[in-house]
Amino acid sequence: MKIFVKFFASAREAVGSDNVQVAVKEGATANDVLELFGSQFETMNRLRPYVRVAVNQSYVVNDHVLHEGDEVAIIPPVSGG
Amino acid sequence: MPIKVFIPTPLRPFTEKRDTVEAEGATVGEVLQDLLRKHSQLQPHLYSENGAMRSYVNIYVNDEDIRYLSKEKTPVKSSDTVSIIPSIAGGVDVAVETDIQLSKEELLRYSRHLLIPEVGLTGQKKLKAAKVLVIGAGGLGSPVSMYLAAAGVGTIGIVDFDVVDATNLQRQILHSTNDVGRSKLESARETLKGINPNVVIKTHEERLSSENALELFAGYDVIVDGTDNFPTRYLVNDACVLLNKPYVYGSILRFDGQVSVFDARRGPCYRCLYPTPPPPGLVPSCAEGGVLGVLPGIIGTLQALEAIKLILGEGEPLVGKLVLFDALKFSFRELKLRRDPNCPVCGDNPTIHELIDYDQFCGVKPPTVEETIDEETEITVEQLKARLDRGDDLFILDVREPHEYEIANIGAPLIPLGELPKRFREIDSSKEIIIHCKSGRRSALAADFLRKNGFKSVKNLVGGIDAWSERIDPNVPHY
Ligand SMILES: [Zn+2]
Repeated sequence: MKIFVKFFASAREAVGSDNVQVAVKEGATANDVLELFGSQFETMNRLRPYVRVAVNQSYVVNDHVLHEGDEVAIIPPVSGG
Repeated sequence: MPIKVFIPTPLRPFTEKRDTVEAEGATVGEVLQDLLRKHSQLQPHLYSENGAMRSYVNIYVNDEDIRYLSKEKTPVKSSDTVSIIPSIAGGVDVAVETDIQLSKEELLRYSRHLLIPEVGLTGQKKLKAAKVLVIGAGGLGSPVSMYLAAAGVGTIGIVDFDVVDATNLQRQILHSTNDVGRSKLESARETLKGINPNVVIKTHEERLSSENALELFAGYDVIVDGTDNFPTRYLVNDACVLLNKPYVYGSILRFDGQVSVFDARRGPCYRCLYPTPPPPGLVPSCAEGGVLGVLPGIIGTLQALEAIKLILGEGEPLVGKLVLFDALKFSFRELKLRRDPNCPVCGDNPTIHELIDYDQFCGVKPPTVEETIDEETEITVEQLKARLDRGDDLFILDVREPHEYEIANIGAPLIPLGELPKRFREIDSSKEIIIHCKSGRRSALAADFLRKNGFKSVKNLVGGIDAWSERIDPNVPHY
C-alpha cells in the first residue's frame, strides 16, 4: 500500500527530501517506515531513536499500524532558541 | 440510562459535596444537560454566557478526552464514567489583588486592549497582576519579552548569564549594535523599560540549574522557554510539572519552528513528546546549524500570544497540540499530542519526583567545567599548532559543510559529516588523523565513526575552527 512520508528539520536534511511517497506492505507500522529510511540514510538511522512520528496530524506510538494513503510525519526534536 | 459523572473538588460545593453523581443521556452533551438540570449552579462553571463550553473545562469519557472523540456528541453507555477534569480558572491562577488599578497613562496606553471584550479592564488588570518568567534573552526571548512588556504584563523575569555577541544581532532584537560586549540582561532591561516603563523587570543573572529552578519558578505564573539547549528544556519541563506551572514551549532551527503549551494538569508535557534527548551533536543548535533571523520572531510572538491567552483565560490554549512551522513552505501544521501514561514525570506512576542532573541526562559535559581533554581522543588547538610547527605528519580532516568551508577554512580536505560513511576510504589511515568542524561536536561524531571503522589513531580538535580562529590565527574569520 502507498503512504506519504514527510520529513521535518534535521530529518529532512538527513534524507535530503521533505516529501516521499513509498509503498509498504500491508500491516506496516510507523517503526517500519523509520527502519526503511534508517537503512538508507546513516544520519536518519542515528536520529531514529529520538524522533517522533505523527500519522494524519496526530502523534502516534511507533508500533502504530499504518493504512493506505496515510500521511506519516517524521519529527525530530529541535533545541534552538 | 444513568451515567456516572465524576465531579472535581472545586465543583463539589454545587453537588452536595458528592464526588460522583448520576445523569441521564446517550451522549456526553445530553448527560451534561441533565447534570445541569439537577445541579444548576454548575452552569456558569462549565459554560460561558453564550452557551459554549469553557475552554478550561476538560471532559473525559473514561480515559479519553472528548476533544479526541466526537466532542459533546460522543456516545456513552451505562458502564462509562464521564469525568469533569479539574478546571483551572483562567488557565493560570493569577491573583488579581483588588488594589490593582490602571493609571490614566496606562488606560490610554492599553486603549486597544481595553476595546476588546476578551481583554477589557478585567483582562488588562490580570495582565498587570501576572508574573511571567522568560528563560533566555536570545532569539525567542527577545520577541517574547518585548511583546509581553508592551502588552502590560506586570512583572517579567528574565534568566540569562550571557554577554551580547555580534552573532546575536541578526535575530536577538532586544539588543543593538552598541550593546555588543554588555550583559544581555542589562541590555534587555533597557529595551523593555523603553517599551513600557510600567513593567517590573526582574533580572536573574545566573545559569538555570536543578539547584535554583524550583525556587525561581515558584514566584511566577507562567514560564516561557527560549533556551537553546536540550538539558535546559528538560529541566524547565520537569520543574513546571513538579510546580504545576504552564510551560510555553518554543524551539527553532534554520527554517523550522515548534510551539506548544505543556501543562501537565490538563495535557501532555515535553517528556511525553520526546522522552529521550538526542546525543550531543546529532541535532544541531542554532550556533552549529544556523537559523533564519526572522524565524524566532515568528515563533517567539506565538509564545507571547499563548502566554497572554493563559493569563487572560481566553480562547483555546495550545495544550495537547504541537504546531510545526516550516518557513520555506509557509506551512503551519497542528499535531495532536496526548499525555503518555508512562511518562516518567507526568505519567500515572511517575519516577521523577525532584530535579535531576540534566547535563548527565542529555550526555552533555557541564559547560562550566574547565576544558579538560582526553589525550587519547582529543587535541587542543594549541597542541595541534605545536605539532604542525614541529613538522608532524598529520592528516587533518574538515567535516563541515561546503558553504561553511567557503566562509573559513584552515586548508584541510573537506568531507561533510553526512558523506563520511560513503567517503571515509579517501582518508589515509596510515597517518594520525585530526578531525575538526566548527565547534567540535560534529567532529566528535566523525571521530567515533572512524574509530568504529577500524581507524586506530583519530583525534577530535576541541573547539573546532572557532577555537583556531580565536586562539591561533585571527586571520581565519569567525562565523
Ligand atoms: Zn509527560
